[in-house]
Amino acid sequence: MSDRTKTLILHAGLLVLLFVLQFLLPAYHHGNLARIMVLASYAIGFNILFGYTGLLSLGHALFFAAGMYGMGLAIRHLGLSPSAALLCGLAAGVAISTIAGLLALRTVGVGFMIVTLMFAQAGYLTLLYFGEYTRGDEGFVIQQAERILWGLDLSDPTNRYFAAFALFALCLLLTLWLVRAPFGKVLVAIRENEERARMLGYDVFAHKLGAVVLSGTLSAMAGAVYGLLFGYVGASFASVQYSIFPLLWVLLGGAGTVLGPFIGTLFMFYLIDLSSGVTTAYMLIAGVVLVALTLFAPQGLVGEIRKRFWRGLP
Amino acid sequence: MEIGPYLLLASLEGAVTAAVLALTAVGLSLVFGVMRVVNVAHGEFFMLGAVLAWWISSQVAGHPSLGFAVALLVVPLLVGGLAALADMTILKRISYDPERTIVATIGILYIIQQVTLMTYGPDARPVEPPFNTRLAIPWFEFVEGKPRIYWPWGLSTTTYKLGVIAAAALVLVGVWLLMARSKIGLIMRATQLDRDMALAFGIPVERVYALVFGLGAGLAALAAVLIVPIQQAHYLMGGDPLLLSFVVVIIGGLGSLPGTVVAAILIGLSDGIISVFFSPTLAKILATLLVALVLVFRPQGLFGVRRA
Repeated sequence: MSDRTKTLILHAGLLVLLFVLQFLLPAYHHGNLARIMVLASYAIGFNILFGYTGLLSLGHALFFAAGMYGMGLAIRHLGLSPSAALLCGLAAGVAISTIAGLLALRTVGVGFMIVTLMFAQAGYLTLLYFGEYTRGDEGFVIQQAERILWGLDLSDPTNRYFAAFALFALCLLLTLWLVRAPFGKVLVAIRENEERARMLGYDVFAHKLGAVVLSGTLSAMAGAVYGLLFGYVGASFASVQYSIFPLLWVLLGGAGTVLGPFIGTLFMFYLIDLSSGVTTAYMLIAGVVLVALTLFAPQGLVGEIRKRFWRGLP
Repeated sequence: MEIGPYLLLASLEGAVTAAVLALTAVGLSLVFGVMRVVNVAHGEFFMLGAVLAWWISSQVAGHPSLGFAVALLVVPLLVGGLAALADMTILKRISYDPERTIVATIGILYIIQQVTLMTYGPDARPVEPPFNTRLAIPWFEFVEGKPRIYWPWGLSTTTYKLGVIAAAALVLVGVWLLMARSKIGLIMRATQLDRDMALAFGIPVERVYALVFGLGAGLAALAAVLIVPIQQAHYLMGGDPLLLSFVVVIIGGLGSLPGTVVAAILIGLSDGIISVFFSPTLAKILATLLVALVLVFRPQGLFGVRRA
């Protein structure tokens, strides 16, 4: 069996499994899995920049929140339909990631990390400052009547699961395509050796900017869908914590792997879910996992599998 | 009150902020300068300093100044020791790779913060200052063309606040002497200049790194002990000092000590004055964006010199 067939079977198999689980899972885990699939889409967006291009952004919450607020504010203040509001969220993601990319990409290495962190912090504070419109930390609820997309009531668990599944499948297939496409291959080349990629005649800046915008737009899409599916928009989704989460998920699952973001999100979600039942200091788990990962498994779970068992795993 | 006394009051408060900020930021700058890594957990070492100061001063019986004095001596050593330990067990093992260090220190940040939440709890607690006399400050006004001294209501400071400024200045001079005049400072500067060459000359670079990391965290803890009688100890108090220290270190030029101190005074004073006239949130937004743009367009800092 060729690598290509194996890859197809593996990823199609995961999607079929997730589709079937819809009918088997008890209500609680059913709801969790819908949430995990949306958050995993966010992680996939982050992974395009971090895993494939080698640019570590510490401010992805800016893009997630851009999508969420672009969608939420359009419904709340402009009274748009959910489909138009989703487009607004997407547009906000494209616009903000383009601006952030144009500025932040002038720096390299640690500078890029700090600049993205600062941009996200400024975005978060701006949401708090305009609390009159954004409702700040308190956030606002999107009413059930405003969450009917193409005749589907997204507050219904079954519809919600399918919507989350559709988003996740789209993102997964997109990365799968990206790793085979010339654009994705250039991104990996930049990650491995930027100077050589430049020498070979590739426009490194344009490719990096493309990666930032693609990554930011996917994150914004995940944010917009998250707000719509779970009916809540709040500034906490723009805080530093939500910039650290995708890093954690991707590192845990394996940076630069197609399945890594999903596996990482799944593990971390249940780890935090279980520990928050025991203590309020559940972020302790996140801290310990981060340190342990940098020390012992910088490749992550799927990365280790690739290293040991299956070198062709995308 | 008129604008004059108002401004004086704001700059006095700003001077206290600047003093504490200078200590914290010099710690961060030292670590970046010598080790070339960014310590994201720096604010948590600050917080730990404040919380430990509360704990020690509540354990020591007798006059409050006794407990405070013990805290002032012991807390920086404790926090510095803990940081050196973290350096040897974690940062050394990832060989100070700049990006992995940031991820690891984010992990350390959450560990310190959440362990404090589990043990110390979510409350804010005060520490009694060792001395605290209110000092009224005179101002002058012109009555029929002649200057006249009067005492505006509300224009005052405390001896403790002046003490904080003096203590911070003393410590900063100490750090400068340590770096510029002592043998250990020479070794640190040699390590900063060329790590491999220092290693070749028999300098134990790893021990120097642990020392510098501990010293940086110790300075943050010392700043926190000084500020905790004015501002209460709380497990989330590390966020603002971290952000402001970043601002100061970046504007002053990464790794430059004099630039850091100048920037701390500038930021501390303007933060005090801006917060009087604008909302603190707006001041923070502007400061954050300013730093990001300085990094984008002038990465050597406003006062730094571009390195070859």
